[in-house]
Amino acid sequence: MHPVRKQRLILVLVLVGLSSAAVALVTYAMRNNMNYFYAPSAFAAGEVPFEKRIRAGGCVVPGSVVRAGDSLDVRFALTDGKAELEVVFDKILPDLFAEGEAAVVTGRLLQDGRVRADQVLAKHDENYTPPEVAESMAAEASCAGGAKI
Amino acid sequence: MQFQFESLAAFLHMDGHGPFVWAAYAVTFVALAALAFQPRLQRRRLKRELERQQRIEARRRSVEAQRSRAAEPA
Amino acid sequence: MAWQWFHRLGSPRWFYQKTSAWMPWLALASVLLIGAGSVWGLGFAPEDAKQGNSYRIIYIHVPAAFLALAGYYIMAISGAIGLIWKMKLSFVVMRAAAPIGAVLTFIALFTGAVWGKPTWGTYWVWDARITSMLILLFLYIGVIALARAFSREQVADKACALLALVGTVNIPIIYKSVDWWFTLHQPATIKFTEKSSIDPSMFYPLLTMIIGFYCLYAWTLMAHTREKILQREWRTSWVQQLMRGKSMTESKAG
Repeated sequence: MHPVRKQRLILVLVLVGLSSAAVALVTYAMRNNMNYFYAPSAFAAGEVPFEKRIRAGGCVVPGSVVRAGDSLDVRFALTDGKAELEVVFDKILPDLFAEGEAAVVTGRLLQDGRVRADQVLAKHDENYTPPEVAESMAAEASCAGGAKI
Repeated sequence: MQFQFESLAAFLHMDGHGPFVWAAYAVTFVALAALAFQPRLQRRRLKRELERQQRIEARRRSVEAQRSRAAEPA
Repeated sequence: MAWQWFHRLGSPRWFYQKTSAWMPWLALASVLLIGAGSVWGLGFAPEDAKQGNSYRIIYIHVPAAFLALAGYYIMAISGAIGLIWKMKLSFVVMRAAAPIGAVLTFIALFTGAVWGKPTWGTYWVWDARITSMLILLFLYIGVIALARAFSREQVADKACALLALVGTVNIPIIYKSVDWWFTLHQPATIKFTEKSSIDPSMFYPLLTMIIGFYCLYAWTLMAHTREKILQREWRTSWVQQLMRGKSMTESKAG
């Protein structure tokens, strides 16, 4: 390769390398802000501030969903496999919200350790299966026990 | 492999997800068609521009020719 | 001598003449594959056990996102080749790739939003995947805007190439964001190192669409590059001849 071209090649590589390093440092410094939500174990560890707008995400613990008979009030627990977090909510849940599926809630952490949510989003997994195949797979929950969220 | 819907109406409705699915496909196809046809429009514009240039050139040449004829002694 | 083909590739005229024969075939392949893949995905693929029919948006969302990312590398690498070898054609490819990438990124974001509403329960969230994808759209738009900001093509080419190269750092971030951080967006379905988590009956139409989008990308990138070549080289005799030849046959036919 011609020396001038080689020099330009090195310049281009240095440019890409430096800008990558800069962005890597910035994202590393902001690594907590890059997360869209806190996991239940972060609540258990006391890392989440009280009475501020925060998000929590995890697997809806099977059997934990309790609906009030006379209103939309519902409460359920989220887990990441290490800790559980109780959530209370009073609006309509999204269609894909289900026990054993992941969900992300936005709300405030109350002093009693529960989260009062004003928005609940369903977080679906990356698996796509036809209904017949899903039935034959014995209805395996996608994140049972919060193995992954 | 078989068609998954019982009727055209069911196909359009898609159990309530129809508006989302069809909006996504419609916008995609419009955007892709625009990408595919833009070069043709550019070609037409360039051709028009070149023809305009040629007309200007031709006019300039004929004017010059007249001028040189007029300047020549008879 | 080994570099001879490389330098010939740098000739816009050679590229224009060489690709003429490919254009109709690429156009036909992309229309057939995308047409067949859409009908297959919309009507014949089974519905998803959890998401129902809304998942059918995957057949355009994933191919568009694939090509939006791959197209950025094509744009940045073309820019790098242009900077290093001072190759005119390479800059033209880079400039042509910007609007195509912008449209594909927009499609990925738009289809993702209308897919998010029935599944997640919202059109938009500011999680790492979606935000980094929005940054990709801004990078593409930035390259387009930067190109227009300079009156001298050579300066514009260099500035665009530098911006494109700096932006490449965003591509691995988009790709790995769902693994590095907690996001609402799910991890990748199509995996290159292990089994994909999608049933074969749903995967084949998706594969058809992905190949179709690759053909469409190749076709539109070539078409846009060819038009940009004519615009840049319009003073040369071969372009003048080409355009005159076409307009003469057209006027005869008319």
